Amino acid sequence: MIEFTDQPIDSNAVLASVSTPAAGANVLFLGTTRQFTGEVETVELNYEGYESMVLKELKDIRETAMQRWPIEKCTIVHRYGTVKLAEASVAVAVSTPHRADSFAAAEWILETLKQRAPIWKRDLRPDGYTEWVEGNPVDF
Amino acid sequence: MIVNVLLFAIAKDIFGKPKLEIELPANATVADLKLELLKLAPTAEDLLARCVCSVDQQYATDDTRLKSDQEIALIPPVSGG
Repeated sequence: MIEFTDQPIDSNAVLASVSTPAAGANVLFLGTTRQFTGEVETVELNYEGYESMVLKELKDIRETAMQRWPIEKCTIVHRYGTVKLAEASVAVAVSTPHRADSFAAAEWILETLKQRAPIWKRDLRPDGYTEWVEGNPVDF
Repeated sequence: MIVNVLLFAIAKDIFGKPKLEIELPANATVADLKLELLKLAPTAEDLLARCVCSVDQQYATDDTRLKSDQEIALIPPVSGG
């Protein structure tokens, strides 16, 4: 399952989507809105994406991961719009026969998403100031 | 030829709109397009140097040739996750 959605992520549903008798390991990663980055306080994050390309990139990332690791099932969900403190903006779930592969694949998927997916977030501060988070130039 | 360029996030703020129409010579490349964008927003030189372009939802190198019927986007540094 690949999704780019403005709805809250149902982490139980994401985990259930990769369930299969063939797997002995199921890894779920959730990236959530953190209140403090050093001294800087965040009230909420606002995400924007280039939707058609986000979906293409996420599908490509999943396909590449499935060639590199013996993945049974893989789900990637990312949100757009407002994501409040402690809510998940991204979920990656992977199931594999053994745990080393699902840990490694989930980490690679998340890192690659952060390098390539055309998604941007804007930080809202307590005083109402907003700022686009300084991102990483796409390396492709 | 005229190309349409989709803008996102900080690039959309800088140019003040979500889409630009840019006149380019036939056979122009991504690098030519970036030079035209720099003329429109000379103060955004640092940002433009950190942007890449996509053509039909694929990241494209600076020497990629553009056509007017393609979907072209300017992709600022990404911050998903």
